[in-house]
Amino acid sequence: MDGLGTDWAIDWVRRSAAVVGEHRAELSELDRAIGDGDHGENLDRGFRAVLAKLDGASPETPGAALRLVATTLISTVGGASGPLLGTAYLRGAQAAGDAERLDGTAVVALLAAARDGIVARGKAESGDKTMVDAWTPAVDAAQQALAAGGDASAVLSAAADAAESGAEATVPMVARKGRASYLGERSAGHLDPGARSSAYQLRAASDAVAEG
Amino acid sequence: MKKLIRDPQTVVKDSLAGFAAAHPGLVRVQTDPDYVVRADAPVRGKVGLVSGGGSGHEPLHAGFVGYGMLDAAVPGAVFTSPTPDPILEATKAVDGGAGVLHIVKNYTGDVLNFETAAELAAAEDVQVESVVVDDDVAVKDSLYTAGRRGVAGTVLVEKIAGAAAERGDDLAAVAAVARKVNDRARSMGVALTAPVVPHAGVPSFDISDHEVEIGIGIHGEPGRERIEWEPVDGLVQRLMTPILEDLPFTSSDDVLLFVNGMGATPLVELYIVYDAAASILRERNIQVSRSLVGNFVTSLDMQGCSITLLQLDDELKALWDAPVETAALRWGR
Repeated sequence: MDGLGTDWAIDWVRRSAAVVGEHRAELSELDRAIGDGDHGENLDRGFRAVLAKLDGASPETPGAALRLVATTLISTVGGASGPLLGTAYLRGAQAAGDAERLDGTAVVALLAAARDGIVARGKAESGDKTMVDAWTPAVDAAQQALAAGGDASAVLSAAADAAESGAEATVPMVARKGRASYLGERSAGHLDPGARSSAYQLRAASDAVAEG
Repeated sequence: MKKLIRDPQTVVKDSLAGFAAAHPGLVRVQTDPDYVVRADAPVRGKVGLVSGGGSGHEPLHAGFVGYGMLDAAVPGAVFTSPTPDPILEATKAVDGGAGVLHIVKNYTGDVLNFETAAELAAAEDVQVESVVVDDDVAVKDSLYTAGRRGVAGTVLVEKIAGAAAERGDDLAAVAAVARKVNDRARSMGVALTAPVVPHAGVPSFDISDHEVEIGIGIHGEPGRERIEWEPVDGLVQRLMTPILEDLPFTSSDDVLLFVNGMGATPLVELYIVYDAAASILRERNIQVSRSLVGNFVTSLDMQGCSITLLQLDDELKALWDAPVETAALRWGR
């Protein structure tokens, strides 16, 4: 069957929860350097709640699975990352609509909508040293992969690679949004925790295709 | 790290249980979702005041729930904004038909979650106005930051807006008073040590025994600059100069001087800070006609303090003096 189905979406969510749990301490340590040191803790709490919700639900479309992630993250994470990531999943779910399977075009639309949601809520731009710096390169790379004839799998793989490079590229940036912005020049030299956790989630989306 | 806790994961709930047990006549504590309301909420015909934010700043905000101040407080996890659900529930619980004012400290997470809750409340026909407090002069307000933070000035906003609501002002008027206080309040803080978040178990930042962080926020997030420790008068001067220049406060102004402890600085030191600040104001011929000294907006167990100046007029003085009865502030009743 063509495209990615609900199994993929659920596997993505489970892999995201696993990778966030695995890197909880690392994410909090990154946050400790330029924020308040709780990013891993908060995100892990959110994804544990997502897993609990998933056990009691049986979403029938990728969109439904992502909507469950969205509402759960918004109501459990708090801080800035809760509403931001929650909005990303919500807009992604809306873009996916009722489709049972997502082809490359649909995956690109999903990623772009998620990124646009983060930008709309957080009002950050590229280069502000935020999760946008992982999402925007990911969306750009996904679009290029699609234009080059790639399928959903190729699109996600390109997005995950670009998100990782994008996260790495936040190291020299001076933060202009979020709590790190209070540090001004002193925020340079540290990787943005929100960009890192976003890259982990996008890698999980790609791995869910490859191995799912 | 030694703490008087049961489990890092249950710190907020356990503390709320104690708060409820200690102040049954003043408040009711709801759980799942967690929020604190006045014992007599909702007060018919009165504008409801709701504030909230990450825990770890006690007595902010729950300690200010009661007659003449807040109608509800919504505590998040330690140093983490609450989510929209409890904010929405608290908003509905205190709506006495005159609408609800959200008092929000300017931190990205607080603003985003309160915004979402306000939209949800509006969808349920509760009229909500929001005032964002941003009194911290340590952060440059520009396109290049998330803007000034809301810190100790929040207490002054909550007290004075609470008094305005209690005397029967409508929602627009209470919001206007809250904005007026924010517009006339300026704060800046200093940290001598970093706070230890219970679930982290390590200090939020590294600082040596001979350094201080000038311009600290209330979550242990670093401030404007790291300098060598110096005696209190020098440190107070470093806080007072940016505060005075920012508004600016000028000769013959009448002010409230608020020295706030960050949690682990003894009152004996806070009064020395007060003395140093008061003498700077005396030199500038600025009259101090109201004062507040103590631990009101803390940062867990951080050592340090903040100084807040509020430019007063007759209306603000009358509202400040109006009766208040909360766990952390009470007079006149």
